Amino acid sequence: MAGFFEPGFFSSAPVHVALTVGGIVAVVSAVVGTFTVIRGQSFAGHALSDIGTAGGSGAFLVGVPTLYGFVAMNLTAAGVMELIGIRRPRGRDLATGIVLGAALGVAALFLYWDTTVSSTTGATINVLFGSIFTISTSTVPVVAVLGAATVAVIAALYRPLLLTSVSYDLAAARGVPVRLVSVGYLLALAVAVSLSSISIGAILSTALLIGPAATALRLTTRTGLAIGLAAAIGVAATWAGILLAYDSAAWSAGQQGWPVSFCIVAAVFACYLLASLRTRQSRHQRAR
Amino acid sequence: MNPRANAEILAVDNVSVTLSGRQILREVSFRIGAGELTGLIGSNGAGKTTLLRVILGLVTPTAGEVRLAGRPRTRRNQLVGYVPQKITLEPDMPLRARDLVGLGLDGHRFGVARPSAARNAAIADMLDAVDATRFADARVGNLSGGEQQRVMIAHALISRPRLLLLDEPLANLDIRSGHEVVHLLARISTEQRIAVLISAHDMNPLLPVMDRIVYLAAGRAVTGTTAEVVRTETLSDLYGHHVEVIHTQGRVLVVSGDDSGAVRTGSAVQTSGGDAQVRRG
Repeated sequence: MAGFFEPGFFSSAPVHVALTVGGIVAVVSAVVGTFTVIRGQSFAGHALSDIGTAGGSGAFLVGVPTLYGFVAMNLTAAGVMELIGIRRPRGRDLATGIVLGAALGVAALFLYWDTTVSSTTGATINVLFGSIFTISTSTVPVVAVLGAATVAVIAALYRPLLLTSVSYDLAAARGVPVRLVSVGYLLALAVAVSLSSISIGAILSTALLIGPAATALRLTTRTGLAIGLAAAIGVAATWAGILLAYDSAAWSAGQQGWPVSFCIVAAVFACYLLASLRTRQSRHQRAR
Repeated sequence: MNPRANAEILAVDNVSVTLSGRQILREVSFRIGAGELTGLIGSNGAGKTTLLRVILGLVTPTAGEVRLAGRPRTRRNQLVGYVPQKITLEPDMPLRARDLVGLGLDGHRFGVARPSAARNAAIADMLDAVDATRFADARVGNLSGGEQQRVMIAHALISRPRLLLLDEPLANLDIRSGHEVVHLLARISTEQRIAVLISAHDMNPLLPVMDRIVYLAAGRAVTGTTAEVVRTETLSDLYGHHVEVIHTQGRVLVVSGDDSGAVRTGSAVQTSGGDAQVRRG
């Protein structure tokens, strides 16, 4: 048990920032992610986070925090996706693919410039795989405000969102402003994806959005409880990942630890596997 | 005067609908009174779903008018309960039957539902009324088709509508569950004095309980009692070519003749499984 918390973990400022930002991001991702899973829109979430890399790498290029780049790019992309959504589903798929491809191309250009101009490969790792230990203290309040606003939007849309998830027509017939609800949800998704992009990177952000929510949905039949459980799992996995990454640096001789994003995603995946095992077992017992 | 004649709940007057250049409904008219159960019968593509969507206010008719309890239809109308054709809920979806019925009460409101004893009691009563108490705490996605139908009916009824619309509620049910749902609807319609409109491509399961029938073919409708409408002459007029109404083993079959160029017939009988529908092409 001696090496569980390596020395300096609790006194390190970057660790404090990482734990705070990671915790907020995990809660926001869980709240939004539960609805993403319920609505079967995991792909939209993933597409948004990929498109966001163009914003993140662009922000890096002009020297502002990547968070702003992610948020600006993702909100724009969400708006475009909603506009395209008027047309046929097939058209939407195609358009998403084309916009996604174009955005990734721009991201490739920006990342190339990032690395050639600053002659470091840090930008690529930072944007794609996150770098939670290098987030500046001044970003914390921004993360908190964005996170609170996102959770507030989902709370306000809670019942109509559930109703539209059951049946779009049913909700429309009840007088639910279905368009407004889906725009509100998509904007919340854009911000949630941006937040998890700075935490574990644009490429991996889907893991934090979907993983804890999917795990929670296996464990409870109640929506509210599922959201709470997803938040708890997300925070626990994030903090465990941060601790593991910190400790691993101390364990290895050459100070080459494991990247924090890998540790967080591994913890999320482990939770999902455990939950699957548990539900399979209880189903098996019930069958007897 | 018919002793069952009732306060008029729904009036559809000369409704025509053209969607992207195609005429879906032509001058459809009928009325439904409180406590009446009406079948909206027609084959796939006859315009049943469009007609229901007009009544729900989701489609604006090109001509004609829909009135609810004597007033023109408004957008947010709490007089109408609706059970859509098919809901596809993943077994993973964390929504109990109880929660779905609760959404029928206040799902259109923003925010999170505040727990209240009165709300819970209303939900429990409604579940009981449709014999769904047994699976009230099960995930909706895990229920059978018949059980989901009951929950959706409870969802539609809990806001105390005066008109209940059901789009093909029997389409995905086995015969026994279908029978149960039909009799549940008949009971609700009589007991709660609700006007019920059920769309179906097969009229047979509804024959014992239907007060009236609205028969749709190629966008046009005839309406009346089953005896008035389901006759060789009436339906041949409606289809615009000869169809034969056959009563056999307590069932009604509508089969097309081969005198119309639109109908490609190998044999005269183009129905499958005794469906009361005419298959074209």
